[in-house]
Amino acid sequence: MSSTSTIYDFSTLTGSIDAALHNWMSPGLVLTAELVLVGLIFLTFYALLGLFLVYLERKVCAVMQNRYGPNRVGPLGLLQTIADLIKLLMKELIPIRKADQFLFNLAPFIVIIASFMAIAATPFAKGLQAVDLNIGVFYVMAVSSLGVVGILLAGWSSNSKYSLIGAMRSGAQIVSYELSVGLSLLAIVVFSGTMQLSGIVESQADGWWIFKGHIPAFISFVIFLVASTAEINRGPFDLAEAESELTAGFHTEYSGIKFAFFFLAEYINMFIVAAIGATVFLGGWMPFHIGNWEAFNHVMDFIPSMVWFFLKTFFVVYLIMWFKWTFPRLRIDQLLTLEWKYLMPISLINIVVIAFIVLMGWHF
Amino acid sequence: MSEEIIKNIIVRENEDYIINMGPQHPSTHGVLRLEVCLQGETVKYIIPHIGYIHRGIEKMCEAITYQQIIHLTDRMDYLSAHMNNEAVCLCVENALQVEVPERVKYIRTILDELNRLASHQLWWSAFGMDLGALTTFFYGLRDREMILDIFEESFGSRLLHSFNAPGGLMHDVHPNFQKGIKDFITYFRKKLPEYDQLLTGNVIFQQRAKGIGIMSREKAIAYGVTGPSGRGSGFSCDLRKYAPYSAYDKVQFNEILYTEGDTLARYKVRMDEMWESMNIIEQLVDNIPEGDYTAKMKPIIKLPAGEYFQRVETARGELAVYIVSDGNKTPYRMKFRSPNFSNLFVMNELAAGGKIADLIAISGSLDLVIPDIDR
Amino acid sequence: MYKQELTDLLKELFPEAEFPENTQLTEMVVTSEKLHYAAHLLKNNKNLAFNYLISLTAVDFKENMTVVYHLESTDYHHTMVLKTVLTNREHPAIDTVSDIWPTADPHECEVFDLFGIRFNNHPMLRRLFLNDDYGFPLRKDFRDEINIIER
Repeated sequence: MSSTSTIYDFSTLTGSIDAALHNWMSPGLVLTAELVLVGLIFLTFYALLGLFLVYLERKVCAVMQNRYGPNRVGPLGLLQTIADLIKLLMKELIPIRKADQFLFNLAPFIVIIASFMAIAATPFAKGLQAVDLNIGVFYVMAVSSLGVVGILLAGWSSNSKYSLIGAMRSGAQIVSYELSVGLSLLAIVVFSGTMQLSGIVESQADGWWIFKGHIPAFISFVIFLVASTAEINRGPFDLAEAESELTAGFHTEYSGIKFAFFFLAEYINMFIVAAIGATVFLGGWMPFHIGNWEAFNHVMDFIPSMVWFFLKTFFVVYLIMWFKWTFPRLRIDQLLTLEWKYLMPISLINIVVIAFIVLMGWHF
Repeated sequence: MSEEIIKNIIVRENEDYIINMGPQHPSTHGVLRLEVCLQGETVKYIIPHIGYIHRGIEKMCEAITYQQIIHLTDRMDYLSAHMNNEAVCLCVENALQVEVPERVKYIRTILDELNRLASHQLWWSAFGMDLGALTTFFYGLRDREMILDIFEESFGSRLLHSFNAPGGLMHDVHPNFQKGIKDFITYFRKKLPEYDQLLTGNVIFQQRAKGIGIMSREKAIAYGVTGPSGRGSGFSCDLRKYAPYSAYDKVQFNEILYTEGDTLARYKVRMDEMWESMNIIEQLVDNIPEGDYTAKMKPIIKLPAGEYFQRVETARGELAVYIVSDGNKTPYRMKFRSPNFSNLFVMNELAAGGKIADLIAISGSLDLVIPDIDR
Repeated sequence: MYKQELTDLLKELFPEAEFPENTQLTEMVVTSEKLHYAAHLLKNNKNLAFNYLISLTAVDFKENMTVVYHLESTDYHHTMVLKTVLTNREHPAIDTVSDIWPTADPHECEVFDLFGIRFNNHPMLRRLFLNDDYGFPLRKDFRDEINIIER
């Protein structure tokens, strides 16, 4: 732990803000004010992140496809997504006459709230985490799978056949792949012995789990990557919105800002799984260290922990985008075969192997 | 008679979950409506509904001259515009017993193959899109641009270039014609392997295409499925080989035949045809003889009374032109047997019993162009 | 098989059919009653084996309607034209050949759509392109004052 002590701890900042607020007002008001403050920061962050991810996706896909991508609005086209957002805000919300109005309007909120809740537990930097639950991994898993309820509601309440098929596909898919995501995360929980996300990060101070955990940890990482891509309905597992088959799947009937909610939630979900992957497997905000290279490790420590976190997260995001723009889509039965016949047994065996390794104390 | 409405005899049951795929749907490639009956994800039957872009070309042909008809044929299969023109030209030339100059034959054959390349490139791009591999679209179109530039340079138009005229060509080709084609062939010989790297070897693609929509040779013949789709089933139907026209009898090339009959076989036929097309062009492009670009033709063409039939191989199969003439300057009856019309109606046989995703893969592998179906 | 040989063989098989002279392809005209039988024989005879129906269409010759079948044998690569003349313009009807060549199914629908020729025993005869109350536009007596300008 000695080498990481130079990393700036955000808890000093948050602690001083907390202390300052306590000087001014009563404890009840402080709690309210802090909740509002954190909420506001997260809302802003959420919106900006969503816009940036859409921009990033378009640029990455442009690179893959031999073209420039957005390059007209703003420098390097950075304002393109903001222009798009404004366009979406101004679009008419087309009412669907025979839709179940209440559920139809509720669905996008469920989807976006689920992704919003998951982001709360993410450790962005040392000491910078909205809530540090002692069952962090479990909480993120539970909350992120809530989104499927919104998708199912959207598909069912649209009263459209395409939407219904898309929603049913999505339901089958997420319920299946949830297991593999859970088991692959469980592998690292077994290694580190804690479910607390900050604890998992601390346990990687002397090396990331993907390196420390031998081959089983690497297998877990690959399974996590595949299964979480499937869980967030992205290509090549985007069967729920397979545009060549189901036009747009569950959000066929949505327009305007309600469509933007689905769109945003999809990208934020991508960020969340990438953040979880980076935190659990790639050491979260922990800098990159090599054994006893003291000088090298010391230089690495000077890079702020937040930069490390975002570098790793966007590396995983890039991997996920890379899949999408190079692979064809799977068929629904192949998708389920992949999960139940391959990923699931492999992760089960993997867990047993890891438990054995930990029991014998063979890991670093 | 006209009041009589024929009822469809397929009885649709109430429990049937019917989806109308189209006329606006991303993967029908046009205004085609497929009435798809589903049981969960499984397709029970498909009834194609066409006519959304029916322009009555056959009726229009009865009122216009043969030179004008050429321009209508472009609009049928717009991706094999040159072959469509050529079918009518050959038919008229045969009827008039006109011998076109050798130069015309060579240029026509080169343009046929260039057009076939462009068509297959677009097909490959769109087929990848159908399967969800969105990147293929840009790779295919990037290379297709080069061909369209050659077309633009010589004809002034990129897609609907009514460059053929009865008796020859509209005008001579651009001086850069040969150089442009040679540059393109050298370029595309390097780029075509990229297509295989991107899509053909992909595990997901192989799983999606292999063993899907199997069409036996007998079925292909019975349903009149020609072109690459038919050849993927082992139906030797390449008119360039066994009924050669223009300069096809002067070149050496292989007819691509696969016997599996599945989506992957149809895919491979087209990929190999691109190589063959390049071979054909390379054999011809250096040997274009000097001479006139058209035979001497009267300004008003009147076919002798009788019936004329001509078939050519377009990028999608066999296009047959049937002209009934009564000696006037307009045809008495003109019939186009379009390849896509026959190819479309085998869809129910191939896709029923499969998944929705297979239906998309199959319709992509049949390479349908809707205006050609509706005419 | 050359054109003359094919004609001889056909003449032997169909003594009552007509064989017009000086045509581009071998032509054979049969009566509408005999059509289905002729089609069946053309496909199943080992020496003819016309297993591929290239195109099926009709021509309105004002006094009669002619249904034209272009046939090819994929084994021997010889082609022929089978024709049948329908004199009844009010209710033209003919047996379907879609049981012999399945590709005839859509082609017959097309002919029905544009000429109003009924095909008996057709599994699903429907109008492909036009509305149900539209006339039969490829008939020579078709008039549409609104959309077609007579020259």
